[in-house]
Amino acid sequence: MRAIDMHTTTTHPTEALREADRLMVVCNSCRYCEGLCAVFPAMERRRLFNDGDLNYLANLCHSCGACYSDCQFSPPHEFAVNVPKTLAQVRGDSYRAYAWPGALSGLFARNGLAISLIAALSVALFVLGFVAYRDPDVLFGTHAGPGAFYKLMPHNAMAALFGAVFVYAVLALTLSMRAFWRDIAGNTPAGGLAAFFQAAKDAGRLRYLDGGKAGCMNDDAEAPTDRRKHYHHATFYGFLLCFASTSVATLYHYLLGREAPYAWWDLPVVLGTLGGIGLVVGPIGLLAAKFKRAPELLDENRFGMDVAFIVMLLLTSVTGLALLLLRATPAMGIVLAIHLGVVFALFLTLPYGKFVHGLYRFLALVQYARESKAGH
Amino acid sequence: MAELSSFDPTQQYDVLVVGGGNAALCAAIAARREGASVLVLEGAPKFYRGGNTRHTRNIRCAHDSATETLTGPYSEEELFEDLLRVTGGKTDEPLAKHMIRESKEVLVWLTEQGVRYQPSLGGTLTLGRTNAFFLGGGRAMLNALYRTAEELGIDVMYDAPVTALEIDNGMFVSATMTHGGASHQVRARTLVAAAGGFESNIEWLKEYWGEAAENFLIRGTPHNRGTVLKMLLNAGVQETGDPTQCHAVAIDARAPKYDGGIITRLDCVVFGVVVNKNAVRFYDEGEDIWPKRYAIWGRLVAQQPDQIAYIIFDASSLKLFMPSLFPPITAPTIRELAGKLELDPTVLEKTIGDFNAGVRPGTFNHADLDDCRTEGVTPPKSHWARKIEAAPFYAYPVRPGITFTYLGVRVNLEARMLMQDGTPAANMFAAGEIMAGNVLTKGYAAGIGMTIGSVSGRMAGRGAAKNARN
Repeated sequence: MRAIDMHTTTTHPTEALREADRLMVVCNSCRYCEGLCAVFPAMERRRLFNDGDLNYLANLCHSCGACYSDCQFSPPHEFAVNVPKTLAQVRGDSYRAYAWPGALSGLFARNGLAISLIAALSVALFVLGFVAYRDPDVLFGTHAGPGAFYKLMPHNAMAALFGAVFVYAVLALTLSMRAFWRDIAGNTPAGGLAAFFQAAKDAGRLRYLDGGKAGCMNDDAEAPTDRRKHYHHATFYGFLLCFASTSVATLYHYLLGREAPYAWWDLPVVLGTLGGIGLVVGPIGLLAAKFKRAPELLDENRFGMDVAFIVMLLLTSVTGLALLLLRATPAMGIVLAIHLGVVFALFLTLPYGKFVHGLYRFLALVQYARESKAGH
Repeated sequence: MAELSSFDPTQQYDVLVVGGGNAALCAAIAARREGASVLVLEGAPKFYRGGNTRHTRNIRCAHDSATETLTGPYSEEELFEDLLRVTGGKTDEPLAKHMIRESKEVLVWLTEQGVRYQPSLGGTLTLGRTNAFFLGGGRAMLNALYRTAEELGIDVMYDAPVTALEIDNGMFVSATMTHGGASHQVRARTLVAAAGGFESNIEWLKEYWGEAAENFLIRGTPHNRGTVLKMLLNAGVQETGDPTQCHAVAIDARAPKYDGGIITRLDCVVFGVVVNKNAVRFYDEGEDIWPKRYAIWGRLVAQQPDQIAYIIFDASSLKLFMPSLFPPITAPTIRELAGKLELDPTVLEKTIGDFNAGVRPGTFNHADLDDCRTEGVTPPKSHWARKIEAAPFYAYPVRPGITFTYLGVRVNLEARMLMQDGTPAANMFAAGEIMAGNVLTKGYAAGIGMTIGSVSGRMAGRGAAKNARN
């Protein structure tokens, strides 16, 4: 249907990549959007786009939608330029393309939420069954004081289970990131730590989610709001606080010999509570934003995977906060089992879900900082 | 959306704005801010709202010092001199100077209406000192103005072309508008006509260009048909500007008939030679630097048989210019290239051979008038002449791409229309392209159309609001 018969000297394996290539040729001959975000200046450094270039640009894109609402060639114009949607498709495909091991890349498919929930339930049931088999009274007993959690499951068993899944997640993510980096980094001169810190700053404040400071078109394609950005901040920093909470607790356990649960004013609980609140507010907001998002900007195919990750984060925080509230009651056993199940499933699915967008986006930002520094 | 509900047929508005581009919106907002009730009638559907503003990128305003978005000062005098240069001195001097003075305020005023500018990036065009670039381009600018208009309570209707104007001896009485197949009478105390030129009206263009106009490509929307301009001229408003003048550049011949916008432009004339369908050269490709060389080629191609020409260059020049939408046509030899272009291969080979033989050695510098030129070739290539010899060879087919027309209505220093006898109209104002010909009689300086639009829009809007309340 394309009115423009544009050749490209590169061939691409997927329709999304071919469409992205077509759009980058259109955008490169216009360049009106170069002030909006990093994608367009990065594009201007190239005339031809291979798969790695397109995956790089797609992961630089924060899907703010500003370029769509600003574009004089967006649909219904015959040039049909829709950069946020096309790059979202390429980005989704890139998660699958770089996944390790490749055999598991299929997990990115639509049933992400089902897989995550089944994993969570299985582990929860396993823990419950394990406890019930050993001593049913423990499950419904009231436990207090240090080591209360470990009445259900010995600390070493817990550490082994979660340590293993954590190490697996880190390994899989590292190998995936390595494959992505190899594809996008090219022969750009190293930008050193400066590029790394620049990227950390840009990622930390979601610099490119503001449509070049004009605001991004999240809820509809006409009025800019920063809501999605704020919910994302709540989610991201909530996640980091929860991670910090777990890390501090681990240090408490091994260095100070202090066993969980801790008092409400103690550092792991304070960090975990704050993070948990962020992980309730943020994911709910992001879910709402997703359902309100202008349909023309939405890549429906990834909807399931995105939702799965957001729901798992939300369940993690909700079960964690419930555990904090109910830990001195007979319900503790069941709540703990569910919380552990959810956390286990979250870690297990991290390398095969929306979580990777943060890592790839960060690497893309590092590459962008390197290119900007090299000035080519 | 373009609902009829945003229009009350029984209401007499203070100000009726006909048109939906930069000038129209500036007029509507300025009038509303003066307290007037305002209705905007945009003939195009919502997506295509804004006429040529959709495709603009920057605005040229006088300013006394560098800003976040402009690299240096640009005085009123300098802007006026630039205007004199492009128009060959033919401009309404008092009006031009008045508008240039007003332009100093307009950058800030637009910011207050929500328009954003891009930080000076250095980027692709050497206009960072004189021109402010809209963040996201012209459509982003329009979106901001429409949002502000809606917040201010201005009624806007899309798909609502004005089909008749009732004008009684220089006094606007009412307009007839069609929407959804029905006609509606619109009453207002004052009229601001900001409905653009007639560049999309091929029939009208043919009156001046003959059948050649059939082969013109229109860079903007198909809605710029000049209907309102014609109605005003028929109602006794004084005419200004040369009807045969239009801003025409050479654009890729493969561009769509309408609305190809910026991305079909080609800025590579200087790197090669240009031949017509007879495979012969017809003008000095190295006559002048950008943007003049850019602005003259549309008219040059329009004068060639079948209004088609081909820019031919070789591998050494391929990456020296901005990428464009369509790939160049390429072949390993000139002969094969001629075949692909359906030109006579023998003649093309001779044209290129003669040109190459005439090239004198020099130091190539595409940023300035260099000393690379030809001798003994007709027409000569005065600058940037290099032999076309490195395979593969490339060609872009080009046609005239019409951006806007210059014919308009005459206005005074308040943007009020003047009648044929020279008296000011009772309640009719004009803004934007429909009156740009008062100031810009020919030629073009990047961004000046937007300046005229914003400034005249603001003047007309304020004037109309004041007029309506008297």
